[in-house]
Formats: sequence, structure tokens, C-alpha cells
Amino acid sequence: MSANANADAARTLFDKVWSRHAVIVRQDGATLLYIDVHLIHEVSRPSFKALFDRNLKVRRPDRTLATPDHYVPTLGREQPAAALSYPHREIVEALTANTHATGIGLFGLDDARQGIVHVIGPEQGLSQPGMVIVCGDSHTSTHGALGAFAFGIGNSEVEHVFATQTLWQAKPRNMRVTLDGRLGAQVHSKDLILALIAKIGAGGGAGHVIEYAGEAVRSMSIESRLTVCNMSIEAGARAGMVAPDEVTFQYLSGRPFAPSGADWDRALAHWRSLPSDDGAVFDTEVSLDAGAIAPMVTWGTSPQDALAITESVPDPAREPALERRIEMQRALEYMGLIPGTRLEAIEIDRVFIGSCTNSRIEDLRAAAKIVQGARAAVPSVVVPGSTPVKRQAEAEGLDRIFIAAGFEWRSAGCSMCVGINGDLVEPRQRCASTSNRNFVGRQGVDARTHLMSPVMAAAAAITGRLTDVRRLAGEK
Amino acid sequence: MDPFTCLEAIAMPLSIPNVDTDQIIPARFLARARSEGFGDVLFHDLRFAQDGSPKPDFVINRREFASARILIGDVNFGCGSSREHAVWALADFGFRCVIAPSFGDIFRNNCFKNGLLPVSLPAERAAMLRKLVENRPGLSIQVDLPKQTIIGPDGAIDSFPIDFFRKRLLIEGVEEIAFTLGLEASIRAFERAYEEEFPWSRGWGE
Repeated sequence: MSANANADAARTLFDKVWSRHAVIVRQDGATLLYIDVHLIHEVSRPSFKALFDRNLKVRRPDRTLATPDHYVPTLGREQPAAALSYPHREIVEALTANTHATGIGLFGLDDARQGIVHVIGPEQGLSQPGMVIVCGDSHTSTHGALGAFAFGIGNSEVEHVFATQTLWQAKPRNMRVTLDGRLGAQVHSKDLILALIAKIGAGGGAGHVIEYAGEAVRSMSIESRLTVCNMSIEAGARAGMVAPDEVTFQYLSGRPFAPSGADWDRALAHWRSLPSDDGAVFDTEVSLDAGAIAPMVTWGTSPQDALAITESVPDPAREPALERRIEMQRALEYMGLIPGTRLEAIEIDRVFIGSCTNSRIEDLRAAAKIVQGARAAVPSVVVPGSTPVKRQAEAEGLDRIFIAAGFEWRSAGCSMCVGINGDLVEPRQRCASTSNRNFVGRQGVDARTHLMSPVMAAAAAITGRLTDVRRLAGEK
Repeated sequence: MDPFTCLEAIAMPLSIPNVDTDQIIPARFLARARSEGFGDVLFHDLRFAQDGSPKPDFVINRREFASARILIGDVNFGCGSSREHAVWALADFGFRCVIAPSFGDIFRNNCFKNGLLPVSLPAERAAMLRKLVENRPGLSIQVDLPKQTIIGPDGAIDSFPIDFFRKRLLIEGVEEIAFTLGLEASIRAFERAYEEEFPWSRGWGE
């Protein structure tokens, strides 16, 4: 019954975080889990209504933080928010009204800290090792890069957290993904996670929390780890996690919401106790040689449909399983692709660099390096993940590099990843995108999405087709 | 929430793997209020042509399945976005049970909150059930939650696993938030000890 019944046994990082947050463990296994940080955005509006309809209060507004990101405009933001006119403005304003009514902190449209919820959590030092973090958004898995257990929830669960600061959960299983070796030149964490999803499938991580381990992860920056954990959900996993290390501590030190003074020392001692014990048993083990991974692109309508850029569009006729053959045919028809076409021969109509997956300063720096001195062949936009990222990029002159190359330089939000603010890909247009989902209709009705890293998207912008960035970078 | 115990209803097959919640309900419909309902936009882009007319070959538009209350899907059903609107759309349309080999984790959790029973069956059996109701549209399936069994139109009985706690909440139609609020003393005691041990994580005020 005790949450610490297995305290003597070797435990994983996830086991440790889970058991320390167990308020109640029922005989039937259901666990009432305490939530450290509840992040919300304007799409959580129905949860406020349901809460108010029941005359309930937000139990811990001080553990809740809001920012608008999905419906916010990415143009015209130099004006005050009050002067802006845009579709569904009422949804963004409802977030302001609801947070004011409940005492929840808000980084509103005019706030210098506003941004995509999964960019600002780490950026502000809110997302910390050992925490349980939830948000009504599937890409909450992002925050696991700091060593937190972070997962997406639905509207009813958001309401449950509002009212109780807890959630009933069944404990997921442990999976370890060991990433040996080091990524090659112009190969990024986005390529690595796409290669992993291609290997284990879009449902390969279902019911599991993935801990990413190995040399490739240890040598990664926090921002790269955030990209890997972000797309854990695209492998079906409940969450992704990376054990906190010196890279983590250095990243967090001095951030606005990170502990300081004596609290910092106490926190550090706790955080150092979190990594998986030697001998901890994982239910599932997967390994991948990071050194063998090439830049990846997707060709289909699921993130698992990913291949190295050096390959060709696959032929469903060569697929032995009937159901998979039909699925591939359907995907290729939607994507307007012919089997056997070299991926590098596929022409694109536009480029989107942004989203909670790849919109941080390192992403923009890497893309700007490819773009510098060149000219975009197709309409291309850069949407920084947060207002602080935008300001930092401007301080470094990255905006001028993008603008000189013909890119649009926008303001922070989810933008063309989900398109509900109106930043859409036109029907049958082909978009090279740094986002996370190439689902049917995701970027717009009949829009065709190819997922890739920021440097690959930058290369595609310059040539107007899918391009192996290594060749382009070599020419520079 | 309405209790769920047993159900006998026409089953509709959807033989597409990895049906994501963007396909169940495209994001452009999320701005609607819950009270407006989402049944009319369930599977919108699979279901309707650009001019708004129903696509006759999409299964949900076939008259034989008009009163279906059970959907039989394929692997990783409901993957992707956490939008509960996907479950609302299925429930508003009239579905009360989804059978599939596997589900997106968030989607499955959302189902339980809305009285929509997610049933996992082995892939071969789910494929067989889809085939049976495809070949003879209008056939029924029996779902018995207390016994955790599915009786197919072929008379074969399959048992399915389900989290005991979720099962109880469904059968009794328990209001989950009210239930948890009844445990406030435990939550407060936990919180006090937790915040003493980790004072830096105590929240950040307004």
C-alpha cells in the first residue's frame, strides 16, 4: 500500500518521481497523483466553464500558469493586444478573464514572457527535475527533458486538476531508449526522434514512459533534449524523460522560477538523487545508433513514415502486410507522391520553421546559418516559440538574416503547426515543416506536410525542394 | 455521468490504423462551445466532400450503420492531440463503445470521463469483428462491462482487460471530481509534507 514499498529495489527515474507524488495508492492500483505545475492555454476554455458550472474553485492558482498560444495572431503584434483584430479573439480574451477570476498567473499577449506553453515552461525555469507537470496539450511530454514526469491531459482532467491539484492515474510501464554514439554534422535531435518513431512505430511507446539514455543524449543541450521528449507522444508514449545532469542544472540556474540561494542547494541535492539506479529494470529496452542516423524527412501522414533524405518514396507493392499496404497507398495518394521518386526530387510550396518542437533559439541559430546569404525559393515563415526567443534572435541579428533571405519573421505562437489562428497551408500545397505532426489535414484541409529539422527546412526553403542539408552546408 | 453496464448495439467498422484525433475532429472546430455539440463534425474531412456533401463510400454515411453505437477501429485509435472534443464528437454522434487493438493513452483516459467505453481486443479478433460487420452490415455486438466480455455476431465470447477503478466509476456513474474532493484531507496532508520537503516547488504566487 505504501508508495515507497519498493524503496529498497533499484528504481528508475520515472519510478522515483511517480512514487513521491502518490497521494493515495488504492488496492486496485489506481493512484491519486499530486501535480506540481499545471500549465494552461486558451484551448482549456471548456474546463473553466465546467468548473464554474459546478461552482468549484481553482484549488491552487499558485501552481497554475497560463499563456495564450494556439489562437494568437503571429502578425501585427507590435500593436497593443487591445488594438488587434483576429479570428477567435474571444477565446484568447476568455483566458484573460478566466485567469483574472481565479487568480491564475497569466503571460498574456502583451507580456514579454508570452509564448508556446512548452517553450516558456523550461525558459522560465518552471519545469524542473522531479516534478509532475500536466497541461491540456499532448506535447506536454516536452518538459520531461528537464527530468520531470510531464504528460498531456484532456479537458475533463484539466478540470479535475483545477479542483483538486491531483489526477487519478494508472502507472505506465518503463521503457528505456539508449541512444549510443554521437550525431553527425547537420544531424539534429529532430532526426534522431524521427528515426526512433520510424523504428518503433506511432504506437510503439503506448502505455510507457520513455527514458532517453546513452551518449547521444548526455552530449545534447537541453533544447535538443526538449525536441526529443516533445515528440515522444508521436511514438504513442505517455511521456519522455531525460535524467537530470550538469547540463540540466546549468540550464536552470538563474532562471526566473528556478530555486535560488539555500533552496538551490537543497533542490540540487534532491535532483542528483533522481537518475535511475544501477540495475533498475525497464519493461522494454530499445537502442539506436545515433551515429548512423542521416537527416530525416517524412513522406506520409504519420510521423512513423520517416526516411533518410537519401532514400526514395517507398513502394506499397513491396509491403507484405495487406493492411500496411493499404495505409501506405492512402498516405501516398493524400501526399500526391509516386513510389520510387527520390525524396530529394520532391518540390515544395512553402516552409514553416516553428512549433513547440523546433522554435527555440538554437533551432533558429542553426537554420539562420544555412539561410545566411541565400534566398528562399518559396514562401517561408519563421515563428519563434516565445517572445523572449524572438527578442534574443533579434539581438543576435538572426531576424535580419531571415528577412534578407526573403523569410517572414513572425511573433510567437503555435501558428502553422495546427493552423487554428489562420496560419494555414493551402489545399494540396506541400510544406516543409519543423512541426511534429504530418496528419491528414493538420496544417489545413488537404495540406501536405513533410516533417524535418530546422536546418533541413532551411535547406528546402533555399532550393525549393527536399534537400540533404549536408550537401548545401558543404558548399558554403 | 450516465452509468455504463451492458450494451447491445449495431457495430460500425473503421479499418484505418492510427486514426488520430485530428481526423476524428479537425482543429478548426475546436472553437465551438461544448453545448453546441460535435456529432455533426465527427470525422468531418473523411465524411464530407469539399462542397459539404456526404462521401457515400465513407462508412459513417452508410444507412446500415446509422444507428451504430459501437465503433470497431484499428491499432493506435485516437492517437495524437489531447483534444477531448474527439470523444465528445463520438459520444454526441451516439457511440458508447469503441473496440480497437490499442488506443492513444490520452484518448482512452478522455473516453472514461464521458461514458464512452474503450475496449482493447487482440488485433486479429478486432480485424475479424470488423470483417463480420462489414460483410453483413447491421449486425450487433454485446458488451458486458461487469463481466468484461464482448459477444460477437458469431457468438464467440472475448474477455477484455480494464482498470478496476475505471470500471467501477463507469458502472456506478461516479462523479469523479466530487469523489476526489471527498479525499481533501488526504490531499492536504500530502501537500503539507511535500511542501515542507520541497519548499522551492511551493508555487509562485500571483
